[in-house]
Amino acid sequence: MDWQGQKLAEQLMQILLLAFAVVAFATGYAFGSFQTMLLTYTSGVVVTALITVPNWPFFNRHHLKWLDPSEAEKHPKPQTANSSSRKKASKK
Amino acid sequence: MHSFVYRANALLTFAVMVLAFMCAMASLSDNLNSLSPSAQLQVLNVNWFQKSTQGNDEVSMTLNISANLQSLFTWNTKQVFAFLTAEYETPKNSLNQVSLWDGIIPSKEHAKFSIHTTNKYRFTDQGCNLLGKQYNLTLHWHVMPKTGKMFADKLVMTGFRLPEEYR
Repeated sequence: MDWQGQKLAEQLMQILLLAFAVVAFATGYAFGSFQTMLLTYTSGVVVTALITVPNWPFFNRHHLKWLDPSEAEKHPKPQTANSSSRKKASKK
Repeated sequence: MHSFVYRANALLTFAVMVLAFMCAMASLSDNLNSLSPSAQLQVLNVNWFQKSTQGNDEVSMTLNISANLQSLFTWNTKQVFAFLTAEYETPKNSLNQVSLWDGIIPSKEHAKFSIHTTNKYRFTDQGCNLLGKQYNLTLHWHVMPKTGKMFADKLVMTGFRLPEEYR
């Protein structure tokens, strides 16, 4: 997943779980059954897991822009040992 | 959110915390229940009244316990534990409480009952104080929840008296 995808996955997970919790509590209270609440919530957790945990394509829409290798070669790392190499050359 | 395992862990942890919150809410919703239990107790007969081998008074009686505890049940109730005690005063103790009968009520359908029974547990005194004793019969109940706080209450019925002589 890319960075935007990760943020989306986390937000989706929190919102979905809270929504399923509210729905589960309401149905359990209305039906007067504790078991109904638990079953609704468990199925909600499974659905949320299926949506947010696997690496779906819609989490990868904003691709990370790595630096192109050919571009990197044009700008080599600066040499810090220049003065010491010149001294060696003059001695020879 | 960087890997499959990370996201699965975050999801499960959050799910469990939200579940704990839901259970707390369920327990708080029990306070909205309006209670109206009722009960009636009768001592039909004192079967025998003797001194045991240890020298303590002991009574056996036949009781009729009828109660309607249906209003105590909510969606968050696992069971109701009800027990009947005889309470009286002696010179040695200001309160003696002897448990005579108990029962577990597993659901609302069973909560309206009428039981005709001898006392399940011995009605024994610490000593010989029971001759002609006035006592109260108290029905206690503990409402045990599926999650959260347990509520307990009681109903006191006065005006019972033991016989003046052994039989």
